[in-house]
Amino acid sequence: MNFFKTLAVGAFIAASVSGAALAQQATFEAVRARGILNCGVNTGLAGFAAPDSQGNWRGLDVDMCRAVAAAIFGDASKVRYIPTTAQQRFTALQSGEVDMLARNTTWTFQRDVQLGFDFVGINFYDGQGFMVKRSANVSSARELNGATICVQPGTTTELNLADWGRANNIRFTPVVIERLEEVNAAYFAGRCDALTTDVSGLASVRASRAGEANQHVILPEVISKEPLGPAVRHGDNRFADIVRWSLNAMIEAEELGLTSANIESKLSERNPSIQRFVGATGDFGRMLGLDNRWAFNIIKQVGNYGESFERNVTPLGIQRGPNRLWTQGGLMYSPPLR
Amino acid sequence: MNAPAHEAVQAVQSADPPMRPPPMLQTGIVGWLRANLFSSWISTAVTLALAYLLVRYAIAFVDWAFINAVWSVPGQDTSACRAVEGSGACWALITEKHRFILFGTYPYDEHWRPALCCVIFVGLYLISANKRFWRRELALIWLVSLGAIGVLLWGGILGLTYVEQERWGGLVITLVLATFGIAFAFPLAIVLALGRRSTSLPAVRALCVVYIELIRGVPLISLLFMASVMFPLFLPEGLNIDKLLRAQVAIILFAAAYLAEVIRGGLQAIPRGQYEAAEALGLSYWKKTGLIVLPQALRLVIPPMVNNFIGLFKDTSLVLIIGIFDLLNAAKTSIIEPAWQGFGVEAYIKVSIIYFVFCYAMSKYSQRLEAELNPGRRR
Repeated sequence: MNFFKTLAVGAFIAASVSGAALAQQATFEAVRARGILNCGVNTGLAGFAAPDSQGNWRGLDVDMCRAVAAAIFGDASKVRYIPTTAQQRFTALQSGEVDMLARNTTWTFQRDVQLGFDFVGINFYDGQGFMVKRSANVSSARELNGATICVQPGTTTELNLADWGRANNIRFTPVVIERLEEVNAAYFAGRCDALTTDVSGLASVRASRAGEANQHVILPEVISKEPLGPAVRHGDNRFADIVRWSLNAMIEAEELGLTSANIESKLSERNPSIQRFVGATGDFGRMLGLDNRWAFNIIKQVGNYGESFERNVTPLGIQRGPNRLWTQGGLMYSPPLR
Repeated sequence: MNAPAHEAVQAVQSADPPMRPPPMLQTGIVGWLRANLFSSWISTAVTLALAYLLVRYAIAFVDWAFINAVWSVPGQDTSACRAVEGSGACWALITEKHRFILFGTYPYDEHWRPALCCVIFVGLYLISANKRFWRRELALIWLVSLGAIGVLLWGGILGLTYVEQERWGGLVITLVLATFGIAFAFPLAIVLALGRRSTSLPAVRALCVVYIELIRGVPLISLLFMASVMFPLFLPEGLNIDKLLRAQVAIILFAAAYLAEVIRGGLQAIPRGQYEAAEALGLSYWKKTGLIVLPQALRLVIPPMVNNFIGLFKDTSLVLIIGIFDLLNAAKTSIIEPAWQGFGVEAYIKVSIIYFVFCYAMSKYSQRLEAELNPGRRR
């Protein structure tokens, strides 16, 4: 059995030491040889990565994994989802247990520079916000002076809150509770005046309270930047390019109006951008080391960014907001595919 | 002279009043109630107050769990559940998600494979519990069954599609972790306990003491973190030992340290005379230990050992912190989808029933085993 095979054989270890240096350089070759993409995802976060009733993974991050698999193999289903906890995720990427992380991970300086990862893009712009009861008649976070605020400890959320209070000279009493569900329960039970976490989290918490959803307001202030994006190991540029352009292709497709439903019919479109996109001209796939229909496969099998967002995130009650295309006033912007 | 005396005796005997039944109020249910529940006014008051609470909460529970409950909803539309939230259970969650809770992310069409594995596991437990099967063949049965379980779960041969370990989940993970945990920790614990008591091998003894104290000195959760977060960093890049296997090894090492101390307790309870008698018969160390000491020692420590086993069975749920979908984690994950958020109680009730069945069975069996193996010590 695999169990003992992996445990016992010292020779196996010796053999893989020599192979290891190669693996560092060539994730792409390793993935191709393996025939399946190892993708690190969240252990369960609604809208981003969570198994449904049939045990199939769904979510915005899951679609990111699927897009990369579609680009590499032409088959979005060739993904092995490896659920990772917040503590495990970086080790899993460093040790090669996963090829890429698509695990609602905030792109920060330290993670990019010190931990040895490359963040290849941003697939969700998040930020920390506040939710209060409508009956409290608060319309701005600046009015929260003297309030009690429910917050989870040990996260950047707690630090951001303290920083923000100090910077704006706002005094508040933090109610610190370890578990997410319990923080939320404390807020709904009235133990604190406001609840703070990422805006996406606030929206989904509010949406889960179907009966009283409209009794809570998310305040307009966003006090931190939480750009979430896929990450790969540092120094493996080939693979980083593939992940980066898989994400860009999804964004570009939305801009071009290409969807999983209509891309087949757009194959013969005259528009040169679309011609390049579907691989009819330009040879871009070859440059990535992929099939020229890589982007076509992504859109056909996974859909464009907007479709993915609507399928996964909209049901949580989260607006597109900053995640709209740049043409619509958002931040989603793909460098041109040319 | 004889006759009058005899008559007198008879007279005394006949004067004895006929046996009357004790007063109605002292016997039967009424008597029991009076003696135990209504013996004084304090007792009566407490009884009435508790009875009131019991009835009230029982009614509330029945209302919640059965009368107001929603048993199924169309598709993912949980508005019916939301309408009764707080007053009625949403068993529709279980109807919709029971297969996910039991089998996690295992491919949906292949769920019969982990289901069959669970059946094999339970069958193994039943066979092993029966004294009639305590023969050498049992080891063979175990090997064959575990092989079959491995083939079923992994697949890849015999026309079964290959299923990578990351997709395993639910009850079968809990059973795998607990069964292998107990099966490997037990012999390891015996070795450790014997090693710690060894007088002729000081190095072995020191090693065992260090091992036991080191492992007992840290929580299981930190061992699991070591196994899942630190350990991979020490391995050469490209070599990955399966996450489940790492967790399994951590659980075995942890359980063995605790069990070793339990077994050592049993070893110490064996009177010196038993050792000496065995030596007088000319038995070697291993024969003495295997034939005389261990059988008696293990018998003595059945209750604490089962205590440990039950603890271990439930400790396996800690693997959720390293992202393995065991039974408990699958239940928690089942309520992540927005439509089903907030119905945690229902999922937890289901899981707690499953845990209870297994743990109670273990407990009951150990009581029977104790009685069977220790007839001389029954009090």
